Amino acid sequence: MKKTHLIPLFVFILLSLLLYRGLSLNSRNIPSPFIGKPAPAFDLPRLYQKDQRISVESMKSQVWVMNVFASWCVSCRAEHIVLSNFIRNHKVPTIGLNYKDYGTEEYGNDVISWLAQLGNPYTAIAVDTEGRTGIDYGVYGVPESFVIDKKGIIRYKFTGPITQKAVTEILVPLILKLRQEPA
Amino acid sequence: MKHSMQLLLLSFFITLSLSLYAGSIETYTFKTAEQEALYKELIKELRCLVCQNQDIADSNAELAKDLRRQTYEMISKGSTRDDVVNYMVARYGDFVLYRPPFKMKTVLLWVGPPLFLLLSLFFLVKFLRNRPKTAEIELDEKQRESVRDLLK
Repeated sequence: MKKTHLIPLFVFILLSLLLYRGLSLNSRNIPSPFIGKPAPAFDLPRLYQKDQRISVESMKSQVWVMNVFASWCVSCRAEHIVLSNFIRNHKVPTIGLNYKDYGTEEYGNDVISWLAQLGNPYTAIAVDTEGRTGIDYGVYGVPESFVIDKKGIIRYKFTGPITQKAVTEILVPLILKLRQEPA
Repeated sequence: MKHSMQLLLLSFFITLSLSLYAGSIETYTFKTAEQEALYKELIKELRCLVCQNQDIADSNAELAKDLRRQTYEMISKGSTRDDVVNYMVARYGDFVLYRPPFKMKTVLLWVGPPLFLLLSLFFLVKFLRNRPKTAEIELDEKQRESVRDLLK
């Protein structure tokens, strides 16, 4: 048998490997262009204190997390307990970006009852009724979480509901490492 | 009976196709025809990131609606095509473009298909040329006889 007869077999094996790899890729995990860039500025009203505002500037010189959530988002409910434990156990300052929530013209009836029921883990909640800050952060699938360092640089982005595995394997080591960095 | 079943099915599918158009796109008014043309072109080229196989012109997703609004606002303030594209790419990456730029990361994407076509044509031609010509086989009288028997 000639060696050339084996070529299709090799091509087939190669293609199979390629396609098999493709099966385990998550097509929703689009690489974020924000890693290593300064967190886009925002200045938004706070949920419980309508007359107060919260900005990126006010979180300066600490390692913090911005979590994009909404009361209509089912996966946010799923990640809520994991996120809350992470925030509490590691004392992570966290801004909740309340993204396009229903009824937020009156500053959030839905979201307020949602938080009353599930608990409010956030340091502060910024209300983004029209989703413009969401666009600035390239939000396309709530929930999304950004880890921002002391200099205000986005160091990591997690798309989708945070799992306990992601907390122990990625988020906690990263937060501890970033806290060591100079402000 | 069968006929009415078919009619029922037909009307069902017609109703389904109607619902595709039910969520009509919001209408924006532009100062110039060029701006409107640019808007229409851009929303066909920007991908909706929630429903990845639709452009933002087709999609009814909230995000697509917001991105259309953003595109409209930028164009009516005088932004050029490049301004809008850069704005979107800065936020959502090259992924937001249905026509990704040609660069190191996308070489395989652009070059791959024509390369594979050329390669397979090459091998096809090679294979066809090398194929041994089917030789004509002489049959003796006995064999002819058995063929005739078979064909009877």
